[in-house]
Amino acid sequence: MSQAAMKKVFERPEALQATETHYCPGCGHSIAHRLVAEAIDELGMRESTIGVPPVGCAVLAYNYFNFDMVEAPHGRALAVATGIKRVHPKKLVLTYQGDGDLAAIGTAETIHAANRGEKITTIFINNAIYGMTGGQMAPTTTLGQAATTAPGGRKADRDGNPIDISRMLAVCERTVYIERCALTTVKDIKKAGKAIKKAFQAQLDGLGFTLVELLSPCPTNWKVSPQKAFDWVNEEMVKTYPLGVIKDTTGY
Amino acid sequence: MPSKRILMRGSNVVGEAAVRAGCRYYFGYPITPQNELPEYMSSRLLEVGGTFIQAESEVSAINMVLGASAAGGRAMTSSSSPGIALKQEGISYMAGTELPCVVVNMMRGGPGLGNIAPSAADYFQATRGGGNGDYRTPVLAPAGCQELAELTFTAFDLADKYRTPVLLLGDGLMGQVMEPVVFPDPIPLEDLDRPDCFLTGCQGRPPRKLFSMYLGQQGELFRHIWHLMEKYETITANEIRYDTYKTDDAEIVVVAYGTASRIARAAIDKLREQGLKVGMFRPITLWPYPMKELRAVAEKADKVAVFELCAGQMVEDVMLAVGERADIFFHGVPGGIIPTPAEVEAFLESVANGDGKVGRRVEL
Repeated sequence: MSQAAMKKVFERPEALQATETHYCPGCGHSIAHRLVAEAIDELGMRESTIGVPPVGCAVLAYNYFNFDMVEAPHGRALAVATGIKRVHPKKLVLTYQGDGDLAAIGTAETIHAANRGEKITTIFINNAIYGMTGGQMAPTTTLGQAATTAPGGRKADRDGNPIDISRMLAVCERTVYIERCALTTVKDIKKAGKAIKKAFQAQLDGLGFTLVELLSPCPTNWKVSPQKAFDWVNEEMVKTYPLGVIKDTTGY
Repeated sequence: MPSKRILMRGSNVVGEAAVRAGCRYYFGYPITPQNELPEYMSSRLLEVGGTFIQAESEVSAINMVLGASAAGGRAMTSSSSPGIALKQEGISYMAGTELPCVVVNMMRGGPGLGNIAPSAADYFQATRGGGNGDYRTPVLAPAGCQELAELTFTAFDLADKYRTPVLLLGDGLMGQVMEPVVFPDPIPLEDLDRPDCFLTGCQGRPPRKLFSMYLGQQGELFRHIWHLMEKYETITANEIRYDTYKTDDAEIVVVAYGTASRIARAAIDKLREQGLKVGMFRPITLWPYPMKELRAVAEKADKVAVFELCAGQMVEDVMLAVGERADIFFHGVPGGIIPTPAEVEAFLESVANGDGKVGRRVEL
């Protein structure tokens, strides 16, 4: 086949920088980054996007995405994004946050931004553990799951139950679209990509607050192989966090 | 054109001045004694198409300011002492990220919840950097409503010029009291000379990344901090502000700022009538502190008398500035008590005759 007749079938999204990431083998972040970048490219919004990464494993995400970004203190991404969106109401504004950032130290910022119906999209990476700091118990750590600060695994009486922030946010009147997906099988990853694009579209249409929760493997801190980590998401984690649409009032 | 003379409450003065200075984004959380300011902003910003959000916490409010500032808006928050303590996280991040904003503190008594009466007990918090890390924030201390108006403009200009948070340090009395004010001309938004560093979407340019984290092993943070320090040296060289009152022939120089300086001024006038040669040095920038300027005044006097509405904080800067060039005396009134000019007169008489009845001599 001649050079001219060759068709490019796979390439790096423009919204992703051409750089190596620091993520561990088998980590879900790289997949999630790609899905976010693809959705932004498909909507043609790269030059009109402003992103806010979290504190946590994705703290360096501003080095990986190819659009304007500003760092937020731990948990404050949705407060920072609120300020940005009020200055630039027509831009696509997103936060990319882990479970510790969004559902522990930033719970207040999360609930109130959602409740105000800020036209922002949150990409919520739930890996049920504190990754960056080395495997401490997260608000989303499941019952019995091992963590360096939960001797013998998480116990409800001692540690409380895992928090389902996505369902909590669904009761806020002005959240319009919340879906939980997994970053494991090809089918699930495709579904996640569609969910992210739909959330961005709902934001651009000015409907309200949108969030996509992504169940994400963390082989390093779960102390299992990447394959076992993927299996654990599909077989165990989904029991605490069932996949699917949690809320959708978009009318799409 | 400048406004007519208007009788206005201090907190509202800051709000009106901020809007005239081009501030269109205000985020705050209610706390006494400065609630009039967010109340004023909630309706005034509506009139000019700005944004007011009553945040869920002080922490959220300062981080909304961070976001609005990163996006290129002139942004402000205000609070009182315990609320300012909560904002320190965001102030430190904004100093590190080099983002401009104005933070207003109408100080009340502390520590902890303290009380809701006027105080000047946040001098250390304001001038020493209440948050983590190697940074400084310019601190402006007005002494009344007219200066509140003017220094609010100055605060926004300094914030933009040096890409730094700027603190406007008033107190509960100044926020509540009504005085006549003439406001400067409003600045048309299109005339604002803003640095071209903000997030607007990367159309036609490489993406901008704003952050305070420098993890690189090659001394990245080291270099960033020396860059910040260079900026702070420039601020110190160019932005010191102070005022003097009857210091030319003064044998005793009072050092006081804010509300304390108003009380001291009345006492000075009274004592001058009685022939006592007393004057006042009033720092307006608390950081950078007018060290050399105070030193020059103190060298011509015999005694320096520091008067503060707290248990003694600025006195440490006076000690640094004056050293052994003059005898230093201190009288502080903490806990939200506002002394009368008569009490300051008694202090200064004690300083003059050395009887030690009011205040104390400061040992270096």
